Amino acid sequence: MTGRARVFGGDVNTDYIITSRRKRESLDPQVLRRYLFEELDADFAASVEPGDLIVAGKNFGCGSAMEVAVTAVVGAGIPGVLAPSFSRTYYRNAVNNGLLPVVCDTSGIHEGDRLTVLRGEGLAVRNETTGETIAAAALPRIMWEIVAAGGLVPYFRRHGDFQV
Amino acid sequence: MAGKTISEKILSAKSGEDARAGDVVVCRVDCALATDGSAPMALDYFEAMGGQRVSDPRRIVFALDHYAPAPSRNTAQLHQRMREFAALHGVTLFEVGEGIGHQLIVESGRAIPGSLVLGADSHSVTYGALNAFATGIGSSDLAAIMIAGRIWLRVPESIKVTLTGRLPVGVYPKDVALALAGLLGADGATYQALEFAGPAVRDLDLEDRLVLANFAVEMGAKNAIFPADDRTYAYLDGRAAAPFAAVAPDAGAHYCREISLALDSLAPQVALPHQVDRVTGIANAAGTAVQMVYLGTCTGGRVRDFHQARDVLRAAGGIARGVQLVVTPASRTVLETLMRDGTLADFIAWGAVVGTPGCGSCCGTCGAIPGDGVNVISTANRNFKGRMGNGQAAIYLASPASCAAAAARGAIADPREVMP
Ligand code: SF4
Repeated sequence: MTGRARVFGGDVNTDYIITSRRKRESLDPQVLRRYLFEELDADFAASVEPGDLIVAGKNFGCGSAMEVAVTAVVGAGIPGVLAPSFSRTYYRNAVNNGLLPVVCDTSGIHEGDRLTVLRGEGLAVRNETTGETIAAAALPRIMWEIVAAGGLVPYFRRHGDFQV
Repeated sequence: MAGKTISEKILSAKSGEDARAGDVVVCRVDCALATDGSAPMALDYFEAMGGQRVSDPRRIVFALDHYAPAPSRNTAQLHQRMREFAALHGVTLFEVGEGIGHQLIVESGRAIPGSLVLGADSHSVTYGALNAFATGIGSSDLAAIMIAGRIWLRVPESIKVTLTGRLPVGVYPKDVALALAGLLGADGATYQALEFAGPAVRDLDLEDRLVLANFAVEMGAKNAIFPADDRTYAYLDGRAAAPFAAVAPDAGAHYCREISLALDSLAPQVALPHQVDRVTGIANAAGTAVQMVYLGTCTGGRVRDFHQARDVLRAAGGIARGVQLVVTPASRTVLETLMRDGTLADFIAWGAVVGTPGCGSCCGTCGAIPGDGVNVISTANRNFKGRMGNGQAAIYLASPASCAAAAARGAIADPREVMP
């Protein structure tokens, strides 16, 4: 997965990703994507391109567990989020919707850097712009299988239950 | 092999594996809650996953609490959809006005020692007060539970939180929760469990434990868990939905961190806008004018919270001019108790606005919304910008007594000064 870094700060809560107010009007990711991060950056939604990767500081997705904070991101064509830590509900919802959560040090990544997420033994992120490679935590098997399937929906359509 | 924490023991029992911190296990779920905030999406997922029937409807609970009563046609339709699904599949549904889902899970005895109770809402951590493993999940998880009755969970490491000493007069469990949030920070316990221990736990009533467990998610914790004791059994007597056995940590259980908090040295606390962990002693915020006071939510909407607030207001002689006091009981049972014992009449006589039992103003989806530039002090658990429906308002979080003191003075004040 290769994409352009879209950088945010730390402690971005789910209401900053998509406000509860918008969610009351619609749950459709294609509608919600128009309001992505509107509280933090009013121009973000218009400038997002499919393949862009969100790069954030610690505790990404804190606050409410609302899943639209993930589906709105997926709806915008964003395949992954990089952060040194995630709120656990955001992490879970990301896995369950096929959005790859990458736990790594993001301090050296700048807006617009080209990033490639590599999967080998663990995970790693290569910053094509700076030439730097950043180690990332591996995903446990079942989580990887769910992400790779594209989320719990395709996973359940295939298996009907968890495969253990 | 080293001993296990309470969380490791419950997840071992539910997965049938030797579950240790860091493992990912698939567990049988005893009960799962969806609210009107999360169920509609869960129903979409259920259909998308090819769900035909709910495998065990007795384990699923729906609550209409976030939009209670429905403030718009859209939300009314969400409620309709949940009612139809619940009727079709035999799922329990708590109607508008019955209260906040978390409170109803607890009141209906569905959270019991050793159980795995999940909810598609982050404050599902509340049930850990009853020695249950309880955490928030997403709507997709809920759909998977409806279909298969199971969920994947990463077994958390545990932070042992030892509480000692007795709470001084004027200081409440909410102050302990705020102090912990200040101590650990908003992400200080991410992915981890808070396991409460120590001599002070014995002195905490079940309602007090619910406040502490509820707040754990504000520190990023996956769950909070209390040991079970006589107070747990007394609460569950005649209420527990199933037989249960208490789960205690093993001797030699491994904790990733141990902290302790001396309750006797605490003063009333307040979280300043707009972060839950911007916590300071209330003296540092005293004098800040407030125009709205909110008593309610799954943190501070139970009977004793309203009693604590009432006592302060009674001593002060009522609400200051220019303050809007909004009272929203966590459940109909709480409302009825307050009606019977006269507390509600007192609040109404002081000019309070009484909301429908449910989430009310907590997250800005219904109930009273503060105006621009308004300072709110609330018994809730979150004060993000826009949380109560207006990003131009500022929210302070404090105990019911501190909120009442602010209502009485029209400004943030130490409740010990208002009620000597
Ligand atoms: S009362 Fe507030 S925090 Fe609790 S469940 Fe409702 S919206 Fe969430």
